[in-house]
Amino acid sequence: MSEISPRQAALSVRGLKKAFGGVAVYDGFSLDVKRGDILAVFGPNGCGKSTLINMAAGLLPVDAGHILYDGQTVDEVRIGYVFQNYREALFPWRRSAENIRYPLRRMGLRPAEIEARLERLAADFRVRFDLNRYPYELSGGQQQLVSIMRALAVEPEVLFLDEPFSALDYETTLSLRSLLQQVLKARRTTTILVSHDLEESIVLADRILMLTRRPTTVADDVAVALPWPREAAMLSAPEFVAIKARCLETFTRAVAGA
Amino acid sequence: MRALWTPALGAAGFIGLWWLAVLLRLADPVLLPSPLETFNDTAHAFTHGPLLHDLWRTVTRTVLAFLVACAIGVPLGLLLGAKENVYRAVEFVIDFFRSTPASALFPLFLILFGVGEGTKIAVAAFGAALVILFNAAYGVMNARRTRLLAARVMGARPLRVLFDVLLWEAMPQILVGMRSGVSLALVIVVVAEMFIGSTDGLGQRVIIAQSLFESALMYGVIFVAGALGYLLNLAFLLAEKRFVHWAGK
Repeated sequence: MSEISPRQAALSVRGLKKAFGGVAVYDGFSLDVKRGDILAVFGPNGCGKSTLINMAAGLLPVDAGHILYDGQTVDEVRIGYVFQNYREALFPWRRSAENIRYPLRRMGLRPAEIEARLERLAADFRVRFDLNRYPYELSGGQQQLVSIMRALAVEPEVLFLDEPFSALDYETTLSLRSLLQQVLKARRTTTILVSHDLEESIVLADRILMLTRRPTTVADDVAVALPWPREAAMLSAPEFVAIKARCLETFTRAVAGA
Repeated sequence: MRALWTPALGAAGFIGLWWLAVLLRLADPVLLPSPLETFNDTAHAFTHGPLLHDLWRTVTRTVLAFLVACAIGVPLGLLLGAKENVYRAVEFVIDFFRSTPASALFPLFLILFGVGEGTKIAVAAFGAALVILFNAAYGVMNARRTRLLAARVMGARPLRVLFDVLLWEAMPQILVGMRSGVSLALVIVVVAEMFIGSTDGLGQRVIIAQSLFESALMYGVIFVAGALGYLLNLAFLLAEKRFVHWAGK
């Protein structure tokens, strides 16, 4: 594992413990995520990928250990979270733009600043649909894009993405992926992506954390040193295929080794 | 167009059958007056008699009872729904009284509120409040968990979550509760007007028409009460469409 000094780490996990019904999911788990990095967390079903980001996001209590953002707890920093199910995460009684403004209002920003951020996000993501529509009037891809914009609006310390594309069709996934990597890299947003799609993890991440079955440990920590931006052509590049083969081998071993 | 035609045909068919029964003398004309006679007597009672006043009294009592029921049922339902374990504890009591015929409570409410307006409104409000409370609580308990988590991640404190998410999540169910509640309030008010020291109201008018053998007027008042119930229901259905446009989407 490459050493990350505490000053470079946007997120540090130390001695994390979590059990459900007496079964340990995490038993002394540690992790550092470098500022500006996109970390993909990949592992077998039930290994606690979502549990990890839910604890980091403060949505689930930890049994022991701590999770710090540059020394601060999650309550002291701003984070962004994109849920898998955009239909149940957006507020359908508010227009899409109002959904994006919501966390900014909670921060107490001035209206002018709120509008400026909204416009910048719309420009960054090249939004061509009407943000004054209600979420249910938009396509699935547009709804998830609104969710992502809402999460990024607060300029989060860390952005959490919980299988953000799994409910979308392949074409939409490809275009959203390409937009997202451009914006995240331009903004240097530290991101943790939970995905069950290996290809997606490699395309989007600077680093892939391969997890084992419970109790969860790190099976492999893979640096993805592919150049940005990563377009569809990269999926067949030899470097990409080599990383995929290594991950697949680790994954098979991690699942079989249970 | 078709949406209006079909029910109009059904209503015309109903009146046609009624008229046919009168022409064939299937029943004593005192018991079954013709539709025309019913219409004339009812129209006369509206223009020259007390029927408009009766309708107004019944509407006022129903609306007052409904407002009291909402003022109690909505906030209490929201709070109980937000504290699910508390709701589970009182659920039996709520279900029990929700299932108790409100008319059985008349004597009790007469003791509590005396013979007067207060009793009629209080019984109707009591019945409707339980329906509204129950629906509001279920609306909150069935709120999408993801939305609550999303609000929390975005920095909303518990009270904020209540007003920004839970209230809205429960809104479709609250309106369903209001629709059932207003219908129930009308039923109780009309029964109360019949039996609890009343001198006016649709319930009282039906009883008087019946005892004076003014059967045409009696049928007319029944239809007026029916129309009132139907319109109240329709108004709430339209309100649901308009105000909870996102429901089920």
